[in-house]
Amino acid sequence: MALQSLDVRNVSARTSPPPSARTTLEVAKLIDVSRCIGCKACQSACMEWNDLRDEIGVNAGAYTNPPDLSDQSWTLMRFTEEEIDGQLRWLILKEGCLHCAEPGCLKACPAPGAIVQYASGIVDFHEEDCIGCGDCIAGCPFDIPRLSRRDSKVYKCTLCSDRVAVGLEPACVKTCPTMAISFGSKTDMRFAAEERLPDLRERGFAHAAVYDPPGVGGTHVLYVLPHGDRPEAYGLPRDPRLGGVLRLWRSGTARTAGVVTLFSVLVAGILHYMRRGPLEVPPERPGGKEA
Amino acid sequence: MTNHWTDIQNADVVLVMGGNPAEAHPCGFKWVIEAKARKKARLVVVDPRFTRTAAVADQFAQLRPGTDIAFLGGVIRWLLEHDAVQHEYVKAYTNAPFLLREDYGFEEGLFTGYDEAKRSYDRSSWAYQLDEQGFARVDPSLQDPRCVYQAMRRHYARYTPELVSSVTGVPVETFVEICRTIASTAVPDRTMTSLYALGWTQHTVGSQNIRAIACVQLLLGNMGMPGGGVNALRGHSNIQGLTDLGVMSHLLPGYLTLPTEADPDLASYLAKRTPKPLRPGQMNYWSNTPKFFVSLMKSFWGDRASRENDFRYDWLPKNDKPYDILQVFELMHQGKIDGYFCQGFNPIASVPDKAKLTAALAKLRYLVIIDPLATETSTFWQNHGGPNDVDPAAIQTEVFRLPSTCFAEEDGSLVNSGRWLQWHWKAADPPGEAKGDAEIMAAIFLAVRELYRKEGGTFPDPILGLDWPYAIPHAPSAAELAREFNGRAVADVTDPKDPKKVLARAGEQLATFAHLRDDGSTASGCWIFCGSWTQAGNQMARRDASDPSGLGNTPGWAWSWPANRRILYNRASADPAGRPWDPDRRLVFWNGRAWAGADVPDMRPDARPEEEVAPFIMNPEGVGRLFALGLMAEGPFPEHYEPFETPLAVNPFGKRAVSNPAARLFPGDRARLGTARDFPFVATTYRLTEHFHFWTKHARIPSILQPEAFVELGEALAELRGIRSGDRVAVRSRRGEILVKALVTKRIRPLTVEGRPVHTVGLPIHWGYEGLTKPGYLVNTLTPFVGDANIQTPEFKAFLVDVRKA
Repeated sequence: MALQSLDVRNVSARTSPPPSARTTLEVAKLIDVSRCIGCKACQSACMEWNDLRDEIGVNAGAYTNPPDLSDQSWTLMRFTEEEIDGQLRWLILKEGCLHCAEPGCLKACPAPGAIVQYASGIVDFHEEDCIGCGDCIAGCPFDIPRLSRRDSKVYKCTLCSDRVAVGLEPACVKTCPTMAISFGSKTDMRFAAEERLPDLRERGFAHAAVYDPPGVGGTHVLYVLPHGDRPEAYGLPRDPRLGGVLRLWRSGTARTAGVVTLFSVLVAGILHYMRRGPLEVPPERPGGKEA
Repeated sequence: MTNHWTDIQNADVVLVMGGNPAEAHPCGFKWVIEAKARKKARLVVVDPRFTRTAAVADQFAQLRPGTDIAFLGGVIRWLLEHDAVQHEYVKAYTNAPFLLREDYGFEEGLFTGYDEAKRSYDRSSWAYQLDEQGFARVDPSLQDPRCVYQAMRRHYARYTPELVSSVTGVPVETFVEICRTIASTAVPDRTMTSLYALGWTQHTVGSQNIRAIACVQLLLGNMGMPGGGVNALRGHSNIQGLTDLGVMSHLLPGYLTLPTEADPDLASYLAKRTPKPLRPGQMNYWSNTPKFFVSLMKSFWGDRASRENDFRYDWLPKNDKPYDILQVFELMHQGKIDGYFCQGFNPIASVPDKAKLTAALAKLRYLVIIDPLATETSTFWQNHGGPNDVDPAAIQTEVFRLPSTCFAEEDGSLVNSGRWLQWHWKAADPPGEAKGDAEIMAAIFLAVRELYRKEGGTFPDPILGLDWPYAIPHAPSAAELAREFNGRAVADVTDPKDPKKVLARAGEQLATFAHLRDDGSTASGCWIFCGSWTQAGNQMARRDASDPSGLGNTPGWAWSWPANRRILYNRASADPAGRPWDPDRRLVFWNGRAWAGADVPDMRPDARPEEEVAPFIMNPEGVGRLFALGLMAEGPFPEHYEPFETPLAVNPFGKRAVSNPAARLFPGDRARLGTARDFPFVATTYRLTEHFHFWTKHARIPSILQPEAFVELGEALAELRGIRSGDRVAVRSRRGEILVKALVTKRIRPLTVEGRPVHTVGLPIHWGYEGLTKPGYLVNTLTPFVGDANIQTPEFKAFLVDVRKA
């Protein structure tokens, strides 16, 4: 959904330079896990705002419902029971796209225009251009995008790019009753996140930390994690990075190699023409069609 | 709530026990999170399960369901033993110094005056010693062995940490750590708030659970303080309004009580309900009962009520016994009730023992359902397989369904837990033929009145005599009703100190209940709502969020009963000299001439501190009660009794009574109680964030978020029974069986109780055989038909079950 007020910074499978006349704010959503009570209001709001309705499923023995992200569930509360330092903890993580500064999905996507990154930092899928190849799923270090069985296109959280474009906060932020989710400039959110840490440390969470992983250039969804030394306990990768093949594939070396290969083929063709001349079609023999 | 939602942010300690607000009150819970952020508050959770609230708590203790008084009694003992008491407060503002009668006593689980045959007490010995003028004797030194303080110390001496631990299952160290946190608020500049809900009320000792925390809060000096109080988190958006307006079988609006057969005339009714002061100079506010009651009668009967005819007291029904919901379904089960009106209520899911309820409803001739949704009660006669396996051909009850509106389809006010009356405006038209409840009731009333008019009948007078002043008789508006509850002057109301000064002219809306009169010159449908719709207009519609004190006290936002007072007993937030106990919590204070401050003072405005008018103005002695006198059915001090279904054979706190000795149990229901031999596990029921009672399973999004019924089992219990998460299991009690999915969790652990392991089983309640979720069994199939001894709230929170793989 290309919106006039959202300047594009990157587009999948396209190399034309991004617009640069305007300066727009880099935004972020901050999820303070220590304030989150797992009420799923964010899940409801996401469904309401984006007109999504997942299946009414079954209880498979868990509070996490629906059981996973899907084309209809772009965010999900993930509940994990963990004993940490001899104490029972019920870890509740609001799962969804982290809107990486270096998005693996966008880099992997071969469909021109199917994934865009706005100057605000939001990474958005334009399903009308999606070819359903699933490369973005392979390219995401957080396992977020989901292929729809209905239309073979991939869906995920848009950070409510339509709301943000008109100056509103994402729907989940607006609805969160304990203000565990906040929204603003990346600088402000980073500052607010750091400010939470002394209180958590004083309450016994010695390893409380902000999750803003540098392996993907930082994210536009930040978490305050009370057990910051154990992000995997919440279901977050410890050190997410773009995959080796993907990085090589999208690297300068690969591009240079590609250009060199293309150019060599062209030169070889010309040389071949100069030495052998045009391809001559042998005269048609009668009855050749039946052969 | 004695305080209110936004006030929770002022607490230094938040004790959540008997509730799970993160789960059941997520919007209000933001104020707990704010207290943590602003005051560095410690959140303490004591619950049978590690809940969503526990997930963000600083301290957690898992206790056995039904042992809250054991725990809180232990807290009381710990506070007294460690002198963690706010002495000046306790001496001046509680009945600690009051002397008790010589014949009051307690032995091995029973107080004096017990009659085993009647299962009730003669409570006359639970009283103060009175002097010649009828005032209570006191000993300010608290040394007299007959004073309440010493009686309390003796009573709770048994509640040692070791015994508390052995009964509740909470390890001694955890219990003592929590006592320390609670005790940290015994100083004047720290407060604890107590948040509770049905986890305390739905027990056979429910009222005493709340009495126990009231005692703790009085000892700590936390009543009347910003960030303190005893705060009931109400379950429905307007359940507070329901009780305020007296929609209970024993109440009239404004917590006036319905007459009984023992009150033959107005004089005897009022004499019993208009107390005399028990200490000199006290406000004794219920001395105004005649003004409130006569104004109510004027509101009911209009011009037909006059002094000459005792304001038509004879037109009120006189109860022969309490008609609480258990009593009514018992009578229905006995075939003694022909018809039942069921308005905004789904009893087949909300009253215990579904099999008994189904049998009872099947004996009705007719059942009227007024509800926006197809409730399970409305289709109790349909066969839904396992969850409702009945034979429709055998049920002859005629069911009428009258579709009503949802809250967003009507104007009106909702009273929140903090007693705020907040006006709201209709947002959408109701679908189809749905009508507002007032319109439905008006249509029924007008038709019945017409029948009486035409055909006469037994005692038609109250029906024919009811005042019905609405502009459109078949559709009274919310505004008309609200104005009526507030009340108006019938004749000019003058100032008693200056008869020439007119406070309200005839026909004007009254400004305050202080203007109500007992001579018939005022009418008010609910005295505590007086002030909500004055000559200045609808005060409930105000939306000024300014907070002049910074304490979250917003006098211009909506309107709070009584008198727009936000914190009850707020006089107690200042010391006896009238100075705030905590300079950072300046709520009300004596300014040298009058009481002033950010809140409406809960005190006569000109009562000089030297007059020693005590802050608990509704009590005739003016102070908060550590000792409840004869007001509670089972005793003046909260005492631990086991649930009616208990894993223990004896009560370790007193061998003469295992369970509440004053709780009512109908003969047929005793036979439907199970024992620990057949049903070895302790079960408790509760709600989840994703759903609201039995309502939201009719809505798609909540159904997506929590689609199917489940039972929570600890890992040890699951292993014992060979159950894995996601398995289908049968949960059985003496009263029935339900099939649900198993959710195996670390969050419920086996407890060591009296040296033996006790497993807890957790049952969320939200599913049924109507709605969009997967069809489910109603959990009250399992629960026992017994209630609290005072108010008969059913014991949904502690009973015995067995669990097996289905």
